[in-house]
Amino acid sequence: MADTLFHKVWNAHAVRTLPSGQTQLFVGLHLVHEVTSPQAFDMLRQHGWTVAFPDRTFATVDHIVPTSSQKRPFLDVMAEEMTVSLERNCREFGIPYWPPDHENQGIVHVIGPELGLTQPGMTIACGDSHTSTHGAFGAIAFGIGTSQVRDVLASQCLALDPLKVRRIDVTGSLKPGVYAKDVILTIIRKLGVQGGVGFAYEYGGSTIDRMSVEERMTICNMSIEGGARVGYVNPDDTTFAFLRGRRFAPQGSAFDRAVAWWRGMASDANARYDDRITLDAATIEPTVTWGINPGQSVSVNEQIDADPKDEAFAFMGFHPGDRVAGTKIDVAFIGSCTNSRLSDLEEAARIVRGHHVAPHVKALVVPGSRSISRDAEARGLDRIFIDAGFEWRGAGCSMCLAMNPDRLEGRQLCASSSNRNFKGRQGSPTGRTLLMSPAMVAAAAIAGEVVDVRDVIAD
Amino acid sequence: MTNPQSLRTPQSSIRNVSGRGLPIRGNDIDTDRIMPARFLKAVSFEGLEKHLFEDDRASDPTHPFNDARYSGAAILIVNKNFGCGSSREHAPQGLQRYGIRAIVGESFSEIFQGNSVMIGMPCFVADERSIARLQTAVESNPHVTLIADVKSGVISAGDVEIHASLPPGARDAFLSGQWNPTAMLLQHFDEVRAVAAHLPYVSDFRQ
Repeated sequence: MADTLFHKVWNAHAVRTLPSGQTQLFVGLHLVHEVTSPQAFDMLRQHGWTVAFPDRTFATVDHIVPTSSQKRPFLDVMAEEMTVSLERNCREFGIPYWPPDHENQGIVHVIGPELGLTQPGMTIACGDSHTSTHGAFGAIAFGIGTSQVRDVLASQCLALDPLKVRRIDVTGSLKPGVYAKDVILTIIRKLGVQGGVGFAYEYGGSTIDRMSVEERMTICNMSIEGGARVGYVNPDDTTFAFLRGRRFAPQGSAFDRAVAWWRGMASDANARYDDRITLDAATIEPTVTWGINPGQSVSVNEQIDADPKDEAFAFMGFHPGDRVAGTKIDVAFIGSCTNSRLSDLEEAARIVRGHHVAPHVKALVVPGSRSISRDAEARGLDRIFIDAGFEWRGAGCSMCLAMNPDRLEGRQLCASSSNRNFKGRQGSPTGRTLLMSPAMVAAAAIAGEVVDVRDVIAD
Repeated sequence: MTNPQSLRTPQSSIRNVSGRGLPIRGNDIDTDRIMPARFLKAVSFEGLEKHLFEDDRASDPTHPFNDARYSGAAILIVNKNFGCGSSREHAPQGLQRYGIRAIVGESFSEIFQGNSVMIGMPCFVADERSIARLQTAVESNPHVTLIADVKSGVISAGDVEIHASLPPGARDAFLSGQWNPTAMLLQHFDEVRAVAAHLPYVSDFRQ
């Protein structure tokens, strides 16, 4: 029977139906980081439990690592304590762990794919809502809370209710200066920040088919911002080419067997969906958020049209009818699990090259992983950014959520390639965030204000 | 083969929650607002209740969590998409440690709702009008006692009575005392091994 990838993966991992009616689902890959796991390990110790599948569990530090110097001990005593705690837990429970100075370290959602841990047809869980990123490979990946981290550690399983599946087709060609980030911001704007509750989003159509895996990761990453806990793209030759040769990907003839299985997990052509929507790629503009949730966005030259009583206006300092273009920025941040991969940095560097950051702007680039740092440096991207006045930092989550020293101060306004513009998200309770593509952030850093990246590219 | 892990997870059934209410008006209240990220820098959940809505409270002296009339409340009354954003369990943990034992709202983010179930804090869903009635009832009389019945979904506040619901699985789990699933997940561990053995990636596609 024709079926969706979501149902095929779900059925292949279903252990049994629990008395509650929920499904006990086997988790193929569990990624662990320092912020949401210490309490889970404590609960294991309290019960005398072990980790059921330590070889399917991998840990690193990303949220709290400083990006200016990763020298240990960290200056931040709590950051050091959390790191030491994770290190002790991984040793005690036999979990592979990459410390801050290890070549594999980086944001969990960046390193899983680049190491080939993330594979099609898997179920993946991590105590972080942006776990949906891994769906770009045709995995079903769930962000979970700490009690569920405990469950996965102890049993390698989750108790879950099945989701409905909404197919989102994006068709046609994106205009120059329009990126995957603009696509997902537009989808969230159209469907709303809670439109995806109860759904897995399956992204497809000719636009998505032509996208690189990195672009697909940007799209799947922000599924949760549209309320969908899970987002995915069916695996195809682009996916397989990305995975071939990666450290944890199957090797030799096993890779061919894997490709056959992965292909079989993709949604069938005549699969039925609970809902379908289609978006014409040609209608998507460079998009920026103006408000305090990721659904509050406009194209860069469009007037903001929203309920004047919306609290976002007072917080952000915009007025109904304003355009975001021309808004002076204080900080430019290129980074996060949404947009910190090599292709993001290359595109931003292309815009930055030969220019200089506006004098009043603090600009920083935080690669998603040490591997990306190395690749970028081998290509000389670090020099381009540094020469232009950007700070070139070490890998981590950094100013996406400001759990390390990188944060906004006061009411600073930040052009950011991250995923959330919530009040206070970037570390200052009154700090303000404008989400946009990394290319748009680069252009804003140079101009000192939000500009249409197409004007810069055309120059 | 069964898992050697011991199965003791003492739990009690949750049939109803009663206590005073605390209305938090507004849609899309994210977990960064409920529990700002800087308070996640800790290796335990202890003390999180002190930081609930810390930044919202600082910028708004009239925030319900600043309002002494609501102190000691047990039931939060919220609007749409409460708890969206980050998966941090620190948000529901902080609420529970403050004394909140149930939430009634128009809708919840999936991860927040799941996290709340896992710690025994039901999230009831009701329509916009019912929530407005409940919020108004509590705002006009903060001392009114709310009673939320898990089985029927009926929530009363003095003369006001609304009909709410829980996802059937969560409702049954609260009633049977099996809302924390770890013990169930550890039973029949042979079946878990069998599923893993059938997944070709578990053996790196060797064969």
